Amino acid sequence: MSYAATHDQHDDHHGAPKSFFQRWCMSTNHKDIGTLYLVFALTMFFIGGSFAMLIRAELFKPGLQLMQPYFFNELTTMHALVMIFGAIMPAFVGLGNWMIPLMVGAPDMALPRMNNLSFWILPFAFLLMLSTLFLPGGGPAGGWTMYPPLSLQSNSLAYVVFAIHLMGISSIMGAINIIATILNMRAPGMDLMKMPVFVWSWLITAFLLIAVMPALAGAVTMLLTDKYFGTNFFNPGGGGDPVLYQHIFWFFGHPEVYIMILPAFGIISEIVPTFARKPIFGYKAMVFAIACIAFLSFIVWAHHMFAVGLPLGAEVFFMYATMLISVPTGVKVFNWVATMWGGSMTFETPMLFSVAFIILFTIGGFSGLMMALVPADFQYHDTYFIVAHFHYVLVTGALFAIIAAAYYWMPKWTGNMYSEFWGKVHFWCSVVFVNVLFFPQHFLGLAGMPRRIPDYNVAFANFNMISSIGGFLFGASQLIFIGVLIHCVFFSKKKATDRVWEGAKGLEWTVPSPAPYHTFELPPVIHDDELAHGHVND
Amino acid sequence: MTSGSIRHHGIRRAFTTLTIGALALFGGAAQANPHSWQLNLTRGASTWSPVPYHLNNISLAVCTVIGLLVFGAMFIAMFRFRKSRGAVAEKWSHNTMVEVIWTTIPVLILITLAWLATAGLTSWADTTGSQMTVKVTGYQWKWRYDYVDYLGKPVNKVGFMSKLDQQSDDTRQLDSGMDPYAVKVGDENTYLLNVDKPLVVPADTKIRFVITSGDVIHSWWVPATGWKIDAIPGIVNSAWTNFTTPGTYRGQCAELCGQDHGFMPIVVVVKSKADFATWLAGQEAAAGASAAPQTAQAAAPAPVPAGGQG
Repeated sequence: MSYAATHDQHDDHHGAPKSFFQRWCMSTNHKDIGTLYLVFALTMFFIGGSFAMLIRAELFKPGLQLMQPYFFNELTTMHALVMIFGAIMPAFVGLGNWMIPLMVGAPDMALPRMNNLSFWILPFAFLLMLSTLFLPGGGPAGGWTMYPPLSLQSNSLAYVVFAIHLMGISSIMGAINIIATILNMRAPGMDLMKMPVFVWSWLITAFLLIAVMPALAGAVTMLLTDKYFGTNFFNPGGGGDPVLYQHIFWFFGHPEVYIMILPAFGIISEIVPTFARKPIFGYKAMVFAIACIAFLSFIVWAHHMFAVGLPLGAEVFFMYATMLISVPTGVKVFNWVATMWGGSMTFETPMLFSVAFIILFTIGGFSGLMMALVPADFQYHDTYFIVAHFHYVLVTGALFAIIAAAYYWMPKWTGNMYSEFWGKVHFWCSVVFVNVLFFPQHFLGLAGMPRRIPDYNVAFANFNMISSIGGFLFGASQLIFIGVLIHCVFFSKKKATDRVWEGAKGLEWTVPSPAPYHTFELPPVIHDDELAHGHVND
Repeated sequence: MTSGSIRHHGIRRAFTTLTIGALALFGGAAQANPHSWQLNLTRGASTWSPVPYHLNNISLAVCTVIGLLVFGAMFIAMFRFRKSRGAVAEKWSHNTMVEVIWTTIPVLILITLAWLATAGLTSWADTTGSQMTVKVTGYQWKWRYDYVDYLGKPVNKVGFMSKLDQQSDDTRQLDSGMDPYAVKVGDENTYLLNVDKPLVVPADTKIRFVITSGDVIHSWWVPATGWKIDAIPGIVNSAWTNFTTPGTYRGQCAELCGQDHGFMPIVVVVKSKADFATWLAGQEAAAGASAAPQTAQAAAPAPVPAGGQG
C-alpha cells in the first residue's frame, strides 16, 4: 500500500500538539481519546479493586474485624458502580475509539469534538460519586441496583443520581459516535458484512446503550423525585410500587450485562483467528448470534426478579426467554472452538487470555443457565452462587477480554513489544488466582450464604478464607499488568513490526507501529483476503 | 425464650428433647442447615424442597457433560493444531451441517430442562388447600410472625418479633473480642443463625406464608423450604411449604436491607402436629391472659396492625 509514504509527508503538519494540556484535555483525536479512556478505566479498575480487597479482607474470617456493616455496604455498592461504569464500560469505549476507525479505514471518529466531551464528563462523574465516601452520611450503601425504599434512606442519593446521569450522557454520546462512525465512515469496499466482528459487536452494543441508558436515567430520576420532591413512584404509602423500579432498572440492567460482554465477544473473535492463523468459523453466524443475543436481552429482564413474587405466567415466560439466550451464546463458543480446529496455533499472551475467556466465560454461562430455572433460582437468588456467576462472566469474561485486547493491540498503540515472559506470568497468576477467588463462592452460595453480608456463620468460614486468599493474590497479580504496561510504553527496546502478529489480518495491521497520529487520511484499498474472517461468501 | 412461666420451661424442655431426638433419628434434618465444606444445595426438609435440589443436580450434570465435550474438543485442538507441532492452518471457515447440529441439540436439551422446571414451578405456585396461614413481616432488622389460622380456625392473637439472639449480637460487634466459634447451641454453631424467638410450625401440614414488609424490601429464606420470596412493603406475597421432618431450620434475610442485613436470621422450629397443638394452645392462653403485659413476649413491641404498612 502507498499509505506509509503519504503519512510521512504529512507527519509534521498533523502531529500531536506539543502542550500537554492541548494534547490531552482538548484532544479530538480518536487515538488520544482512546488512550484517555483506557487510562481512566485502568485507574478505576484499581480503585474498584481496592474496594474489593477491603471486602475480601473483612470476609476473611467470621466476626467483624475491620469495619462497620454500613461501610461494608458502601464498599459493595461502590465496588460494583466503579467496576461497571468506571472500568469495564470505559475500557470497551476506549478500545472502540482506538480500533474502530483503524479497522474500518476511517481517519477518525465521526464526531470528534463530542468524543472529547463524552470522555471528559467521566472523571467529573466519578469524582462526584466517589466524593460521597468522604462526606457526612457516607456513600451509597443500598447496592448498585439502588432498590427503593432502601436506596431512598441514603443521604448521598442525589450525588449518585447525578453521577449516573453524567455517565449515561457520556455513554449515549459515545454510542452515537460509534454508530455514526461505523455507518458513515467505512472505507469504500468495507461492506457491513466484511467488517471485523469486533466492529459488529460494538455497532450492536451502541444501539443497546442508546436504548437502555435512558431507562436507567428515568429510574434514578424517579428515585430522586421520590426522595426530594414528594413524588410516590415507588412508595406504596402514596400508591406507588417498589417493584416498578426493579422492572425499569432491569430493563436497563439486563441489556447492560450484554453491553459489557458483546464487545468482549468481538475481541475474542479477533484474537482467536489471529493466533489460530485461520479465518473465523461461521462469520455470519457470529454476527447473527450477537444480534440475536442483543434482541433477547430486552425480553429477559425479570429473571433478576424471580423472587419478587411475579405471576406464574411471567416467571415461565422469562425463564424460557432466558434459556433461549444460551443457544446463540453456545453458537459463539462452538464457533471459537471450530476456529481453533485445524488451525496452526501459537499461544502468546493475548491468545492465552482468550482461551481462558472461552472456558471461564462458558462456566459463567453454565451457572447462568442453571439460574434460569426458576425453582432452582429460588435457592440461588441473592446468594454467593450469583456472585460467583457474574464474576465469572464479568471478570474472567469481560475483564479477561479487555486484558487480552490490551496485549493484542498494545504493540500497535505503542510501537513496542511488551515482555512476553511477564505477560505470561501475569496470565498464569491471574487465571489460577481468579479461580481460587471465585470458584469456592459457588459452594458458599449453594450452602446458603447470602450475598452482601459482612459477616457469616462459621460453616462458611473455610471457603471464604480460600476465596479471600485468592482475591488478594489476584489483586496483586494485576500489579504485574501495570509493570508490563509501563515497561512496554516507556522502556521496551523491542520494536513492533507493522503486522505485529504473524496471523494478524485486518486494516489496523496495515498502518505502521506505533499507529501514527493520523491514519487513513486517504481511504485504504480493501483486499478481501486481508480481512480477518476470510471469504464471507463461502 | 426468656419465659418465666412453668409452662414455657416445660415447653422448652420438650423442645430440646424433641430437637435432640429429631437430630438422632433424622440425620437429614441437620443437613438442611449449612455445614463446613458443604458443596451442594440442601435437599431441604419439605415436600417441595427436593425440586430445586434435583433441578440443580440435573442441570449441573448437563452443563458438566457439555463442558467436558466442548473444553475437551478445545484442548484436543490446542494440542493437535499447534504451530510448534508443524500444524498448517486449513482454509475452511464454514460448515452448515455442523452449525445446524450444534444449534439444534442445545434447543432439545433446553426443552427438557424447561419442562422439568415448569412442572416444579407450577407445583410451587399452587398455595391452595393450605391448612395453616402465617403472616411474615420484615422490618429493619428483624422479622415478625403472626399466626393467622390453623386447621380452618383463626388463631387468637399469637404473634411475636424474632430477632438475632443476644449471644450472636454481642459477638458480632466490631472488636467484640468474642469468638464466633463459641456461639453454640448444643454441638451446633449458631453464630448469626439463631434468634431470640423462633417461628414454630407443625410438620406434615401445608403452611401458607403471606409475606410483606414494614419498611424496605427483605427476603424470607429458609433453604430447607427450597425457596425464598421477597418481603415488599405494600405487597403481600404468598408461598407455601410442608415440612416433612421435625427439626430446627435456619435461614437468613436474602435481600440487602441496610446495615444489619447480615444480622436478621430466620429460625423455624418444626414440631410434630401434637406438640405444635400444645404449643399453640399455650401461646393463645398466654395472649389471652395478657391484657396483662408480662408474658412470654416481654421483649416484643406492641403488635403492629395487620395488613402491612402503607
